Amino acid sequence: MNGVVDVTPAEIESLFERLKKDSESSGYHLNPDETFTKELIRGLIINQIRYGYASCPCRLSEGDKWKDLDIICPCDYRDPDLSEFGACYCALYVSQAVLKKEKQPEPVPERRLSPDEKLTSSPPRPPLGVMTVAYPVWRCKVCGYLCAREQPPDVCPICKAMKERFERFL
Amino acid sequence: MAKQHVDGKDKGKVELYALSTCVWCKMTKALLEKMDVRFDYVYVDQLQAEEKEKTLEEVKRWNPKCSFPSLVVNGKKCVIGYKEDEIKAAVDAA
Repeated sequence: MNGVVDVTPAEIESLFERLKKDSESSGYHLNPDETFTKELIRGLIINQIRYGYASCPCRLSEGDKWKDLDIICPCDYRDPDLSEFGACYCALYVSQAVLKKEKQPEPVPERRLSPDEKLTSSPPRPPLGVMTVAYPVWRCKVCGYLCAREQPPDVCPICKAMKERFERFL
Repeated sequence: MAKQHVDGKDKGKVELYALSTCVWCKMTKALLEKMDVRFDYVYVDQLQAEEKEKTLEEVKRWNPKCSFPSLVVNGKKCVIGYKEDEIKAAVDAA
């Protein structure tokens, strides 16, 4: 599944309109350079066709959804990169300050740990303390949305990430 | 799919490791073409498993994060990401 994949302008336009609507309605912004943005969207569609999920066009996918969950767009690193650099790693999304041209986007270094780094890095943050809660609390790893219910939602109501991107928070 | 060759001025061995879907990789390739430099490039995402592993080992030597684009100039310097000034400096110094 490594061949060249064709994407039509209509497919790009359709995903562009959907992402624009979804992101603006929840306080995120696509890069205002439409030519650039649509080229990234072409990459997202190619990855969707090649791998079955829209992983980041600027990162190498492993072709395994579970290994690549963190880089399915929007990636787990988008929000911290938006805060720190004004753009996400591939620059599909930009911060409000960059959108308003109050700030120039900076090149974004790769925040994702390489497989070697993962082996030596510290384990995820432990729970804050023992707490009894009436419902489990789930956290969206993409945008930080929290909800208290038996199961996480199928789709994050804020950033539209899928259920698999949630982690147990409490 | 092996490395692709682009002809131009000889600045030594200029190798671009890229992804076919990455816009920053495309911009890096376009910059090298505009600079009229001879270089080789490879789209790592389009390689078959065995060749991909081999190529990733090469990239890792220069860039442990294995991110793209990675531009290796004369086996001496590696510019990671689309950094226009750094790319120009690295190639011109070669």
